[in-house]
Amino acid sequence: MSQKSFVWFCLLPLAVVTTAFFLLPMARLVVAGAEGPHGLAGYLAILTEARYRATLINTVLLAAATTVVTLIVATIAGMFLQRHRFPGRAVLIAMLTFPLAFPGVVVGFMIILLAGRQGLIGDLSNRIFGEKFVFAYSIYGLFLGYLYFSIPRVILTIMAAVQKLDVGLEEAARSLGASPWAVQRDVVLPALAPAFVASGAIAFATAMGAFGTAFTLATNIDVLPMLIYTEFTLAANFATSAALSVGLGLITWLILALARSFSGSAVAAAG
Amino acid sequence: MSTAGHGAAVRIEACGKTFADGTRALDPATLDIARGETLVLLGPSGCGKTTMLRIIAGLELPDVGGKVLFDGKDMTSVPIERRNVGMVFQSYALFPNMTVADNIAYGLKIRGVARGERAARVAELVALTNITGLENRRIDQLSGGQRQRVALARAVAIRPGILLLDEPLTALDAALRDRLRSELNRLLRALGITTIYVTHDQAEAMELGDRIVVMRKGAIAQIGTPREVYFAPKDRFVAEFIGAANIVEAPVENGVLILPGGRLPIECGATTANATVMIRPETIRVTEAGEGILSGIVDSVSFIGDRQRLVVSDASSKPLNVDAPNTIQARIGDRIGLSIAPDAVRLLPSEPRD
Ligand SMILES: Nc1ncnc2c1ncn2[C@@H]1O[C@H](COP(=O)(O)OP(=O)(O)O)[C@@H](O)[C@H]1O
Ligand SMILES: [Mg+2]
Repeated sequence: MSQKSFVWFCLLPLAVVTTAFFLLPMARLVVAGAEGPHGLAGYLAILTEARYRATLINTVLLAAATTVVTLIVATIAGMFLQRHRFPGRAVLIAMLTFPLAFPGVVVGFMIILLAGRQGLIGDLSNRIFGEKFVFAYSIYGLFLGYLYFSIPRVILTIMAAVQKLDVGLEEAARSLGASPWAVQRDVVLPALAPAFVASGAIAFATAMGAFGTAFTLATNIDVLPMLIYTEFTLAANFATSAALSVGLGLITWLILALARSFSGSAVAAAG
Repeated sequence: MSTAGHGAAVRIEACGKTFADGTRALDPATLDIARGETLVLLGPSGCGKTTMLRIIAGLELPDVGGKVLFDGKDMTSVPIERRNVGMVFQSYALFPNMTVADNIAYGLKIRGVARGERAARVAELVALTNITGLENRRIDQLSGGQRQRVALARAVAIRPGILLLDEPLTALDAALRDRLRSELNRLLRALGITTIYVTHDQAEAMELGDRIVVMRKGAIAQIGTPREVYFAPKDRFVAEFIGAANIVEAPVENGVLILPGGRLPIECGATTANATVMIRPETIRVTEAGEGILSGIVDSVSFIGDRQRLVVSDASSKPLNVDAPNTIQARIGDRIGLSIAPDAVRLLPSEPRD
């Protein structure tokens, strides 16, 4: 067997799996999306129909907010945890990364415990302000849930990236007169850019498509996965839910591709 | 602003360093560096050179009691960003997300220097360090030698009071290192700024240093001009670390060293049963057998080009390294004579063997 045919032979299992479990259902989904009463135009509904469009915008905004806040929190925390040694550090890291294993349902459940009708925040605000703050069942609860979901993943990526930072670069910048803030801006953040893009993409895609948390919190939160679910199970609108699914995938992919190309130059330079 | 082109005088007072893990990297040391002087910290790897440089830079705090003074001002607790020191790191630490020009201009930008003035200064430095034409390159498009020049240009762009260099040539291959060494020497002389230069390479130290601080295991072994540390090493360690040295242990009787190959008059030498002396290979002259002061047998001959290195046994208790002119015909096994001037023999304090 030649080198080349051996390589192809090794790729065979991957090809089989990809075809059976990825390409075929995907193709079927794409076809199904066009089988509605409006045919191919069904695909445009996600943009043209007001309710769908509003949901799409909601979802993108939620995912973007989740990504940005996750990156900010995780960068500060990850940098601190990687750079400082203090008693209890290992326990803290374990605690922060503990939610990694939780499915969306559990995360949703925890949000209800925190901000639901019998939740901690409600109790507390009731005592202080005489009013119960309850936001678990809204998009804010979902936002909190997604943060809870994303931060551990992103912290781990950032910590690994911070560990690989060249401390010499920061010292060089300081020797040239850079304040700690300028060092972060000019040296540390550019060097972390690849990690931001990689972990931000995962946080964004997760927030776009996650379903368990939303479903646990309320069935009427306006995000795309919930919309697909209701169209599919309640309205039995097979074609629309297929079209929305394909749309969700495409739009997520498009936004990530855009983000990647925008940060591309920074990443290439920092690499 | 300090006097342009001359920088600050530096004083280190009782600066020791014990790291958090208990490593004693530096014994308390006191050192004065004159304005405009180039001082070289020389010693084997791990002897504390970088640690001392980082204390001067403000990247490490000395142990309690230690002080760093610039022009008499106590800088010990001033952070590096306000010490106005130019630093060249062993790894160069160039910013990968900036071009060559942006790297060089970074310190000026931080100081709020206007764009036009920045560009003028970059042009000046690029010419000075011979990297014209590379201004818009990214760092990963530069060779090692070019990186070294950019690092130097970046460090001096801010007109620092003190220039600190940590083994700036060590990462380069030998031929380039030699060329850059003389270039660097010219440049440092031209800048005339107070410079502290760390290296483990004695040839570099000799060429660049006004004075050399020889370090060993966290302590200063000797401070002196290149000539002083070469010709008058304080102890065996310095003698062996700087240049090649024959260390001979033998009894002395009335100013004469008693060797197996003959009796060698020396300058200073009270009678003692066991003296330690240093003889540089190039101070030993090869003569015909029977002439000269000592007699020995050629053990090996290495032709180096400009000279040849002979190893001669039987003359002393240990074989002697002798640098002979490249014209001498010597074959292995030949008996030859050796003559050594009394003032070429340097008495060293005898020390317990380690
Ligand atoms: N941050 C540190 N923590 C602990 N030990 C260190 C640290 N930096 C240096 N050392 C130790 O201090 C000693 C001197 O190091 P250094 O000054 O880097 O030597 P040199 O530059 O002469 O090679 C070495 O034994 C080294 O291992
Ligand atoms: Mg070092």
